[in-house]
Order: sequence, then structure tokens, then C-alpha cells
Amino acid sequence: MSPHRREGLLLAIAVGVVAVTFGVLADAAGLQLPQIIVMSALVFTGASQFAAVSVVDGGGSGGAAVGSAMLLAARNALYGPVVARLLPRSWALRGLGTHLMIDETTAMASVQDNDADAADAFWWTGVWLWSLWNLGSIAGALIGSVMGEPETWGLDAAFPAAFIALLVPHLRTSPGRVAAVLGAAFAIATVPIAPAGVPLLVAATAVVPAFVYSRRTAGT
Amino acid sequence: MSWAAIIVLVFGSYGCKLFGTAVLARIGDDDGGFDGRLAWFPEMAALIPAALFAALIAVQTFEADGALQVDARAAGLAAGVVAVWRRAPFVLVVVIAMTVTAAIRWQT
Repeated sequence: MSPHRREGLLLAIAVGVVAVTFGVLADAAGLQLPQIIVMSALVFTGASQFAAVSVVDGGGSGGAAVGSAMLLAARNALYGPVVARLLPRSWALRGLGTHLMIDETTAMASVQDNDADAADAFWWTGVWLWSLWNLGSIAGALIGSVMGEPETWGLDAAFPAAFIALLVPHLRTSPGRVAAVLGAAFAIATVPIAPAGVPLLVAATAVVPAFVYSRRTAGT
Repeated sequence: MSWAAIIVLVFGSYGCKLFGTAVLARIGDDDGGFDGRLAWFPEMAALIPAALFAALIAVQTFEADGALQVDARAAGLAAGVVAVWRRAPFVLVVVIAMTVTAAIRWQT
């Protein structure tokens, strides 16, 4: 198995375990099994699903649940310019690939050396991740409470660590480093004052100073 | 949660992704858009992964219930950074970060 496939599969397995906790939480929040299945299969953006279910669990309205979930889903749009050129011309496959465009699949695609590997990493990670996300959430809804808290074995640290490895190739250029440092700083500054999801959207604006910086250094 | 809310969420989340691949990805793509005046956009958009993945790492490590918090995750992340710096394979990076975080939680 090529390295990017092994890495993509590992990410998908970790996401599959997180999906079990989503299933448990969704079940506890009163969602019916068909609703959980439809959500995981068709919303397919983990942070949004957790946000929606947490709001409902806390007694919030459906509108509030959708609102907070959409704030977290919005960043997926920003991955379009990275992923779209890797998708095939067929509209059906483009539509499917668009559905699979989330943090993990975009990250796996973005660190490959060439477009063929990038497309392979995207689809491989996407198909495994979608499958295990759905299996995991169904398992969680049915039998999940036996699993215990995944935090006990540090699963919540798996994702930032994986993204460190996936960020490193983007730090090879100085505009990439500027974007990363400012992106993290903007997000940290926004966390205490804005609802979940907004810090990531604010962080995306770091590309503007990073781009201006790259133009200035290229111009001199 | 009502079916109506779930259906709105299905279309809303796909709509975001579709806006990305069908609209944002096309700005200044082929001909540079409006006589080349948007040719800078793809170049700027190429920096999005750097900004967003760094932000994701920061939020996933230091955010707890809408506030900032330094806890066992930060130690796991630090161990992960060292592992990446020492060129450990991807799987090992993830396992080390999880192990350190879990070990600190067992201690406390």
C-alpha cells in the first residue's frame, strides 16, 4: 500500500471511532436511527454534525442547531480551489467528489507531490472515511454506550497531531508559513469571542496578508 | 431534531461544498477572469490549506466549550510536533500524541 493510502486509511479509522461517539450523542439527543443515518451519509461533515446534535441535546431549537452547524460547514467551501482541479470532468463524479471534500480529504490531497497522487489520496481517503464514518455512527447509535469515553485513550489528540504532519509540507514556502502562523493566531484570538466555526472562517482571512507578503517579496 | 432541520442541513452543507468547487474554484481559473484581472485569486487560494490546517490544530488543541484551555491535548500535540520534527512516520506521530495525552489523563 502506498504511503498516502496507508495515511488516509489511518485517518479514516480514527474518524470511524469518533463517529461512534457521534452515534451515541445523537441517540442520546433523541434522534431516530434513520435520521442519524441520513445525517452521516448526506451531511458528512463531522464538526457540523456534532454541533447540531449538541445544540439539540442542550434543548436548543432546530434552527439554532442548523445555524451552528452551518458555521462549521462553511469552511468546506474554501477547499474548492484546492480540490476542484483534481476532480474528473464527469458531472456525477464531480458531484460525488464535492460531497467528500472535507478537512481530512483536502489535507491528504494537498500534501502530495503530483496531481495523480493527490487525486488518488483524495478519493481513497474520502471513500474509506465516508464508509467508516457511517458505519461508526450507526454502531454508536445501536451499541455505542459500551465503548466509554474516547478521550480516555487520547483520541482527541490524534487529529491535531495528524494535521501537524499534514501542515508541514505547506510550511516549505515563506507565504505558507505566514498564512499558518497568522491563521492559528487569528483562530486563537477569536475562540473566546465567537461561536464555534467562526474562528476557522476568520483564520482563512490570513491568506490575504500572506499573499500580499508573497507579492512584496517576489517584487523586490 | 426534526426531519425538516436535517434536510436543511443536508442541502446547506452540500451547498457550501458546491459553492467551493463550482464557484470559488472557477474565479480567475482558466483565462484569469475579466481579462486576467482575477488571476491572483487562485494564487491566494493556494494558501488556504496552510491557514486553515494551522487554525484547526490550534482550535482542536486549545478550545474547550468556547474558551481557551491548556490541557493534556497540548502535551500530546507537543509530542506530535517533536515526532514530526524527528521525521517519525505518520502513524507513529498520531500514536505518540494519543499515548502522551492518555497517559497524562490517567495520571490526573
